[in-house]
Amino acid sequence: MRVRLRVNGSWVEVDVEPHETLLNVLRDRLRIRSVKYGCGIGECGSCTVLLNGRPVTSCLVLAAGLDGTSIETADYLAKTELGTRIVNALLLEGAIQCGYCIPGFLVTIYAALKSGMIRRGDSTEIARAISGNICRCTGYINIVKAVRRVVAELVAIGAD
Amino acid sequence: MLSVNRINTYRIPFTFEYYRPRTLREALEILRSVEGAKVVAGGTDLVVDMKFRRVEPKALVDVSKLEELRYVRLVEDYVEIGSAVTLQELVESEVVRARLPLLWEAVNSMASWQVRNIATIGGNICNASPAADTAPPLLAYGAKLLLTSLDGVREVGIGEFFVGPKRSIIRPDEVLQAIRVPVHPAGYGWSFRKVSRTSFDIAKISVAVLLKVDGGRIRDPRIALGAVAPTPVRARSTERAIESLSLEEALEVGPRFVEGDIAPIDDVRSTAWYRREVAKVLLRDSLRTAYERSLNPGWVHEG
Repeated sequence: MRVRLRVNGSWVEVDVEPHETLLNVLRDRLRIRSVKYGCGIGECGSCTVLLNGRPVTSCLVLAAGLDGTSIETADYLAKTELGTRIVNALLLEGAIQCGYCIPGFLVTIYAALKSGMIRRGDSTEIARAISGNICRCTGYINIVKAVRRVVAELVAIGAD
Repeated sequence: MLSVNRINTYRIPFTFEYYRPRTLREALEILRSVEGAKVVAGGTDLVVDMKFRRVEPKALVDVSKLEELRYVRLVEDYVEIGSAVTLQELVESEVVRARLPLLWEAVNSMASWQVRNIATIGGNICNASPAADTAPPLLAYGAKLLLTSLDGVREVGIGEFFVGPKRSIIRPDEVLQAIRVPVHPAGYGWSFRKVSRTSFDIAKISVAVLLKVDGGRIRDPRIALGAVAPTPVRARSTERAIESLSLEEALEVGPRFVEGDIAPIDDVRSTAWYRREVAKVLLRDSLRTAYERSLNPGWVHEG
């Protein structure tokens, strides 16, 4: 089935099989390897991408239904101004160990800051936003600190 | 042989036909004419089941993009919710938060943000899991389901919809079009509580309570539970037993009766014994919360 997708800002046409998920198409057909396969059943958040601006677990989304939608992945978001801030904060806070979960976290944190899901930067708000991303190395503390750092930076520069 | 990862969840291990109708009518025609076709909306339950080969549909009919199924509107004394509205859209809906606070509280506690952005309320109901978190609030509110086929629409009370684990009365040629929920009755307190392994995991036990307080006495209590019987259930004998009692009396009497309203099983998430004990505790907590909220009629959930 032919599907038109706006992937990281450019329109592409891909032929997909009905049983292919968005994760399969992004990794295997479009070679976007920042999208990670973790659990494959929507529990770990490693495969998180933005679908029309909202974070979704791409392992659960059938690609054949996505004609006309917009997809953004971690490698692309990392190069935006906000994405760069998030990456730097994760590095500065020592929030990355093995790193496998980080692209998923980046996408979720980016969306949460953009949408106002994280506004004040308190730990309840952050925990709620990132509860769909699992990290087996860090224990989350430094990831939460990194998010707080970004919130503080955004407040300092007067961004909403 | 190492057998831990015998199932590869990267791919759906078989293929099938896939239809994306542009109208509800077209969807109904496909369902009528294509043998073995199954409706899919968000797919958050179905895709997992397909990866594990628990189900192998020959064809899927995707209704998730149908505008006719994607609305929330207040119509006189009820809220009508299109079946393909996502859980996150319900959380963000002012109408749901203000007019159906018990449903809002349940949906707000469900899954992760990523999954709420995909999963739909219609899918949660039609999957007919005994642990579906939208079911207890809808049972307490007395919601009606609009089941549509080429023959027309039939309106079914949600209490008659579920018949067993993952089994409902919906026919293969029908689509759940919308859910009609009577607006939250004025002055009633409410509470949804559940226990699960992690915040976004499937519930081991869930309880929804709706009640009114009149002169310090509980009136018209409506109690529904999830994951403690083959279907989500109303706790009718408990409701009758606590009618007209004070809160203190109800906290004593309610838990004794609730055992008779449920039939929990042992499974991977819990034992039957644990479910019974925790159902009593959650009932007590919910009765107290609902009672207190009914005394603060202006109280609403923070959006």
